[in-house]
This record gives sequence, structure tokens and C-alpha cells, in this order.
Amino acid sequence: MKAFFTVRNIVIGALLGFLALLPLYVVVTGQFFPLTLFTRIVILALAATSLNLILGYGGMVSFGHAAYLGLGGYVVGILAKEGMTSGFVQWPLAIAASALFGVTVGALCLRTRGVYFIMITLAFAQMIYYVAVGLDRYGGDDGLTIYRRSEFAGLVDLSGNVQFYYLCLALLIAAIWLVSRLVNSRFGIVIRGSRSNDRRMQAIGFPTFRYRLACFVMAGMMCGLAGALLANHTDFISPAVMHWTRSGDLIVMIVLGGMGSLFGPLIGAVTLLTLEEGLSRVTEYWQIIVGPLLLFIVVYARGGIDGALAGLHRG
Amino acid sequence: MADPLLQVRDLTKRFGGVLACDCICLEVPAGELHAIIGPNGAGKSTLISQLAGEINPDAGRISFDGRDITRIPSHRRSALGLARSFQITSLFLDFTVLDNVALAVQAHAGHSFRFWRPARSDVKLHGPALAALARVGLESRAHVVCANLSHGEHRQLEIAMALATAPRMFLLDEPMAGLGPDESARMIALLRELKREQTILLIEHDMDAVFRLADRITVLVDGRVIASGKPDAIRSDEAVRQAYLGTKKAGQHRSPRFDAIES
Repeated sequence: MKAFFTVRNIVIGALLGFLALLPLYVVVTGQFFPLTLFTRIVILALAATSLNLILGYGGMVSFGHAAYLGLGGYVVGILAKEGMTSGFVQWPLAIAASALFGVTVGALCLRTRGVYFIMITLAFAQMIYYVAVGLDRYGGDDGLTIYRRSEFAGLVDLSGNVQFYYLCLALLIAAIWLVSRLVNSRFGIVIRGSRSNDRRMQAIGFPTFRYRLACFVMAGMMCGLAGALLANHTDFISPAVMHWTRSGDLIVMIVLGGMGSLFGPLIGAVTLLTLEEGLSRVTEYWQIIVGPLLLFIVVYARGGIDGALAGLHRG
Repeated sequence: MADPLLQVRDLTKRFGGVLACDCICLEVPAGELHAIIGPNGAGKSTLISQLAGEINPDAGRISFDGRDITRIPSHRRSALGLARSFQITSLFLDFTVLDNVALAVQAHAGHSFRFWRPARSDVKLHGPALAALARVGLESRAHVVCANLSHGEHRQLEIAMALATAPRMFLLDEPMAGLGPDESARMIALLRELKREQTILLIEHDMDAVFRLADRITVLVDGRVIASGKPDAIRSDEAVRQAYLGTKKAGQHRSPRFDAIES
């Protein structure tokens, strides 16, 4: 039997405990900044978790995943500007728009492999980035301020920062749980098998394209939801959210935390964004420190931080 | 007499200026073990790739059980009952041995849009997978990660995965490649047992194995069939001897492989 109290489980447990109790600290001290920072971290961890589903488990290195963040965000922003502030309409539409985008992009780029796949996903993300820049009515390059957060008929009040934080955290935990069920189901085994050896998968009788496409779309929908959260968090949406460097950040989070690990994206998001926050106070060249750290992780810990923690027990 | 299970008519494949398969005709009746031999570059692997659906032929027709399968993708051929093993071991190295075989079972157990129940504790997948492993003698290695198996065990696993899809015909691409004498003997015993109930198309370099196992042999040289018949007839065929000996007179530069033909 596997031991329960491994270093890795303790670290993950401590991290989850910290995230759950953070608002308490905020309420007691009255300092709201950590809550703002960690709401952002939790939302981006959700986005990274969705990317991990296709990148870590499916071997589909999408370099345009931030497009869904923007897509989800713009659906919320545009609807809010046009007077539709109900979250029951905004969020399902944000997810549906992401699904539609995912089907279109996936149907084309999943016919390619390797560098071509990376380039085509990037190209589509750039396309939608420039579409957003061209939306003059919705702020174009300058972005769009959202004056009212999504409303849920009194069910939750997103303008309450603590409530909003807990909603984001609950959605993140739900997403991680969902991914854990998914990757161990028959569907997930097909996705992982086709990362490992797609040609063999087809030879033993799997039409892998449709499974990979379904997975690609699911990841997009999950990230679209993260986009809707992010827009509500910042009360603002602009094309910058889907800049290709944002997609790169998501990949960095996954590599840092651990590809194909359930909690890897969360660990990576917390590590990268707290480092960014802490170091940028010391120096504006904080990337000089994060860059070599990433290099170190890639060279010495192939499974990222999560993989290194798990490896402590193998000695 | 009934139609052959596999029928190949005038199959032709060109790679640039190279004619890899030149009007190949082949018939494999149900229950037969049909071997294909030929020197390196004769087009054997190209032929099997076309049969399995990984390469599309330029011309010709392949039918399986009376059905034209020339243009259908490989996963549908697998569903019809054609199981292929690979010359270069092609497994899921990061999965356990059992998971490899269970995946092959899953491929033929309905669709896999099942998102919730854990597949790795699914008895419907593990039962048949273990049975297939038992048949090739790998059941004791079921929970080992595939990358940690020996080369010989990989070859056995290849066969188990083909078996697990409960096929109607095997396409085996050099199952003996790279095996030592003991492992080869074990593989021959396994194939001999398989052929009792299965139709098999076997591509193999090991002449000893081919002449011991095959009901019929087809010889390919430069993409063309130069002879096809029972092992005895092939052994004494002049064109085959020429092909394996080149233009040299008999006795000079004999390939050790050819000794098996004569012995």
C-alpha cells in the first residue's frame, strides 16, 4: 500500500489548507492584497489545470491556450456592456464560445503533430487576439472596463471579495477532481495512450482523432470558465489577456509544477506568481531569477516540483 | 471452395522512383499460416503497412472476408478483425504490461467516451487482458512497467496485444526480430500454437522459423512476387535460389539464411 503521509501529500495538503484559510488572515488583518493576489493565482491555476489536461496527459502542446481566457472574458465583458449581467447567461455562453472555438481549432490542428501543432494553435490564438484589438466598440486595444460583475440572483455575490475567492477556489478543486476522474477513465486512458504511441493506438483499433478532439474541446471550455472568472476578478478585459506570452506563462506553470500531474499546475501557478510578485518588488528584472530556476527544474526534475516531491520517497 | 479470408489483387505502391510493391497478388484462406519472405528492401514491410491501412496503395485492391478494405483507415480494419504487430517494438512504454493489453481489449469493447469510472480497475478489461498475457506466458510480469521488460518479453507482449483484440487474422511483422536462440524457440512454439486456431500472415527473416511454421510461402524480390507455394516447392524453386544467392554460383558467398532453405 502507498503511504498516505508522504512529503508530497503533506505539501499539497498544506497548500490547500493555506488556500482555504487565507481569507481568515485577510479578515483579521484587514490587508486585502494577498486575497487579490491569490484570487488571481487560483484562477490562473484553473487555466493551467485545463491546459495540463491536453498538454500533460494528451501530449498536445497548445501554444494558444490563453485565447480561451480572452474568449471567456470578452463574452462576460461584452454582455455586461450590452446590459446582460446575469451570470447564468454569461458563464454558459463563455463556455459555449470556448467550445466552439475549440472544435474549430482542434479539428484543424489535431491533424498535425509536433512543431506544426504548436504553430497552428499559436496562429489561431494570434488571430483571435487581433480580432479583439479590432473591436472598437468594446475598447479595442485599450480593453473594456466591466462595471458590474456577473450576477447570480443572490446565490453568490461576486462583489464580495471573500465570496468570489471561495467560488474560484471551489471551481479549481472541482476542476482538479474532474480531471482526476477523467484521466483515469476509459476516455483518459485513450488520451494518454495516444500521447504515448498514437500509431499503435490506431493499429489496435482506436479512432484517436475524435477522442483527442473531445479532450481538446473540454480543456478549452474549462479555460473559458477561467476567463469569465478573470474578467470578473479584474473588472476589466483587454486583448493583453490572450497575448501569446500569456499562453507561454501557462506552459511555464505546468512545466514548473509538473506535467501530467494533478496538482502540478496549481503548484506551478503558486510558485511562478508568488515569485513574480515577490521578486518584482526587489528588482524589475525578476525574470533573471525565474529563468534559471525554470532551467534548473527542467534539467534536474523532469516531473517538475510535484515530480521532485514524489521522488523524495523513491530515494 | 469459399473465398479466401484475405485477398490482395495487383497491389502497387511507388515511393518516388522506387517501385516498392509491383502488382502483388496474394490469397490467404482462413486457417492458413502464410509466410512472406524476401531480402531486405523487397517490400515486405510496405506490403504489411498497406494491409494494415497505414499506407494507401497507388493501385490494386485488398479485400478481407469478401469486403473491400483498400481505402478504410487502420482503426476500422482492426475493428473488422485484422490485428497487426510491429517489427520495431511499438508499445506504450510508460504503461504497465497489463495496461498495454487492457488498452487493446478496450479498443474492441465499444466506444471509449466513458468519462467517469476508473478504467484500471475495470474487470471487463483486465479479465481478457490477463487471459491474453497467460497465453503468451507473461502473466507473472503483468504489473511491471513496460519499459522495464526485456526485448524478448516485448515481442511476446506484441503478440498478447494482437491476441487481446480477438482478431480473425494476424499480421505479424517479424515477431522473431532480434531474439536470441532460446527466445526464438519459445516464439516459434507460441506461433505454432496460435496457428491451430488462427489465420496468420507472417513476415519473417528467420528462415528456420518460416519453414517450420508456414503452410504456404510467398517470396518477394524487388517488390514483385517471384514464387508462391508450399514450403517444399519454395525450397527447390530455381528463381528463389537465384534471388537469395544473387548472381554468384552456388557454393560461393552463401548467406547463412539460405542454409535453412536447403537443410
